Amino acid sequence: MQIHKHDAIIVGAGGAGLMAALYASKAGADVAVVSKLYPTRSHTGAAQGGIGAALGNLDEDKPIYHTYDTVKGGDYLTDQAAAKILAENAVDAVIELERMGLPFDRTSEKRISQRRFGGHTRNFGEELVRRACHAADRTGHMILQTLYQQCIKNEVHFFDEFQVVDMIVVDGAVAGVIAIELGTGEFHIFHGKASFFASGGWGRCWSVTSNAHALTGDGAAIALRRGVPLEDMEFFQFHPTGIYRMGILITEGVRGEGGVLINSVGERFMERYAPSAKDLASRDVVSRAIYLETREGRSIKNRGYVHLDIRPGTVNRYFAEEGRDRSDFIDDATVERKLPDILDFCRTYLGVDPVKEPMPVQPTAHYAMGGIPTNVDAEVVIDAGGTVMPGLYAAGETACVSVHGANRLGTNSLVDLVVFGRRGGMRMAEFVKGADWQALPANPEGEIRAEFERIRNSTGKSRPGELRAKMQETMMENIGVFRTAETMQRGIDDLAELRERFYTDIQIDDKTRVFNTDLMEAWELGALLDLADVTARTAILREESRGAHSREDFKERDDENWMAHSLISHDGKLADPSYTVSFDKPVDLSLWEEEIARGVPEDKQKFRPKARVY
Amino acid sequence: MDVTFKIRRQNPEVPGREKPYWQEFVLSDVDPADRVLEMLHRIKWEQDGSLSLRRSCAHGVCGSDAMRINGVNRLACKMLIQDVGERVQVEPILGLPVIKDLIVDMEPFFDHYKRVMPFFVNDNAVPEDGRERLQTQEDRELFDDSTKCILCACCTTSCPSFWANGHYVGPAAIVGAHRFIFDTRDQAGKERLDVLSEPDGVWRCRTIFNCTPACPRDIEVTRAIGEVKLAIRKGRTDGIIRPNEVQ
Repeated sequence: MQIHKHDAIIVGAGGAGLMAALYASKAGADVAVVSKLYPTRSHTGAAQGGIGAALGNLDEDKPIYHTYDTVKGGDYLTDQAAAKILAENAVDAVIELERMGLPFDRTSEKRISQRRFGGHTRNFGEELVRRACHAADRTGHMILQTLYQQCIKNEVHFFDEFQVVDMIVVDGAVAGVIAIELGTGEFHIFHGKASFFASGGWGRCWSVTSNAHALTGDGAAIALRRGVPLEDMEFFQFHPTGIYRMGILITEGVRGEGGVLINSVGERFMERYAPSAKDLASRDVVSRAIYLETREGRSIKNRGYVHLDIRPGTVNRYFAEEGRDRSDFIDDATVERKLPDILDFCRTYLGVDPVKEPMPVQPTAHYAMGGIPTNVDAEVVIDAGGTVMPGLYAAGETACVSVHGANRLGTNSLVDLVVFGRRGGMRMAEFVKGADWQALPANPEGEIRAEFERIRNSTGKSRPGELRAKMQETMMENIGVFRTAETMQRGIDDLAELRERFYTDIQIDDKTRVFNTDLMEAWELGALLDLADVTARTAILREESRGAHSREDFKERDDENWMAHSLISHDGKLADPSYTVSFDKPVDLSLWEEEIARGVPEDKQKFRPKARVY
Repeated sequence: MDVTFKIRRQNPEVPGREKPYWQEFVLSDVDPADRVLEMLHRIKWEQDGSLSLRRSCAHGVCGSDAMRINGVNRLACKMLIQDVGERVQVEPILGLPVIKDLIVDMEPFFDHYKRVMPFFVNDNAVPEDGRERLQTQEDRELFDDSTKCILCACCTTSCPSFWANGHYVGPAAIVGAHRFIFDTRDQAGKERLDVLSEPDGVWRCRTIFNCTPACPRDIEVTRAIGEVKLAIRKGRTDGIIRPNEVQ
């Protein structure tokens, strides 16, 4: 058994993990980054459209407007003080990325170029604002590359293709993590004063998703199994424009550049659902609209998809109708220059050229608003009162600060990971200076090793691939864009049956040690089953519709009874867990409370929860 | 339609399988628009779980699943069955040690990348107004092509010069250097050109052009290498070398 000792162990090498690694190591901490993928394979690299920051390079903008949009976008479940930090820190974080060499596109004034994105407005909803800083349509790729490059420059210590599978908890504090070296199949202990989960989301719970195969929620599942409650798990975002059937993301930046959604009768239907923001309403609103159009028989060929049209002829016609200046009009070259990767995806996978034909799109499972609960310094908190679990940090999609509330705004995932990755890295560096090493318990890897041996040696009849596909189908069908108590109960029952088969009737073919991806995928399925389960079980209890959680049996948002975060915990029994759910964690409404304290009249209060209109 | 996959396999831990061998799998109900990666998953999930490969994003942006498909380097997630036909031959990429089935040792590849200082260097004081450094869009576009690289190794492992000499830094590392050499904000152009002037640097390139069609991101790899060679020959070391000047 190899034991590696570092001040800080970072799990995951996407944007949040690399940002934390950079800032913790710059502050003097001895950092190890442990990642199941080579860092540049991380899914941050798939983010396309942009990173929001109120630089004001093209339109007048202020962080407080970004804060407002984030709170409103989150359907008022967003913690308001955290959203303010997100928006204010975003400006510095983007400038800092540019100083690290990130190749942003430029304005004619040589400044960072910005584009419109869903739900981002000026002056508290007055009009759409150009806020998303972009590098063509591969902004996430550039962020990931730039951060990895800076980590090489700063000689950060990487353990690539080491998959973390358990966490060591001693007397309520975290003493490190346990990983499997994929190349040898051996267990390694990473003993740290602090451990930082930046391990991404779990979109692979659903059958149509924009998420990478690697996004199996390992970090969140490990935390859950080791006693950390997960927050707001019922809120999972469906992005409105995934490529039909495949789920591959088509950036909101397409609509930011003027693209429109069209139904089978040729109508720009978002004009009915969101008269002001139209196609750039927030994602939950647009995804629901596509489902409703489908239900009304107006999807293309009645197959559940609609058209996303960025053809210059279409875009310019709507621009003219809206009275936009002719200088805003686009041509083929604009589309080629601003959206090269999107064109490539459509040409490769669909044989469709978006300059000449519309793209077939449908909602695709995209982003977890919920996750490991943290405060604004990425310290993990384990109860409604904000008690910190010593030595444990989390940031990025796997964490829940909560800045995204019930629905994340486009671009804010990238903002989240740079802002809270950085804050967490700095806080962790401070922590490790003062903290003592905890002694490791005897045989810390015993339990997880036994679980892996169970999977490896099982002789049942169920293939993990079959169980995974069934889980993904039931989640898509029953815990998707629209939900009812009946569908969710069906989902919970299906998941229980799949869990039983996973723990009693599984079999894998590969019994070897070296790169046993059969074994690792089976273990990941266990993580996905846990996350699917807690999603369904919190969702069925929240009897209202808010953001991405849209119930047909409780259609309205209910601030009276449900203005609270959920926390769900697991008793650690893998095969037959019992869960505890509470809705006691209050939403931080401090910006609204400040308005009240300042005597702002009710109709002028910007942060008062109100009905969302776009 | 039915599709037959002929896959080059090996497994260091299974007696009799340590050396490379071919194995065929037949899949039915294949749609011409299915991705090769999905079909490899079907083989793994339905027929033989021991088939080993790397993959993640499944849409050509993470660079995990480079392999040799019908004799050319491709990402399995960017190839459709209609592009490869009813008989598909899949092998690991060449020039890197095979570990198991389609998985090769990527460490030498990343080590080469790290040799060219693939990171932004600018030690000047930051702008006093606290804002971003300035750059024209025109200057930004000088190195746009090389920013697209996802380090999948399709180019480097298609290069006969690299096959012959594994110490050659290879096309991907040169593209990585190009991205900074032609960035007007960067200051370490000279150091990078020095590294690339060494015997295992850019001069190992014989302009065979395999790298360019191998690139799944459509980077003009050979052109980027040519621009770096010209920059060295012109001796321009101020870090601000325009591709159009050096040609």
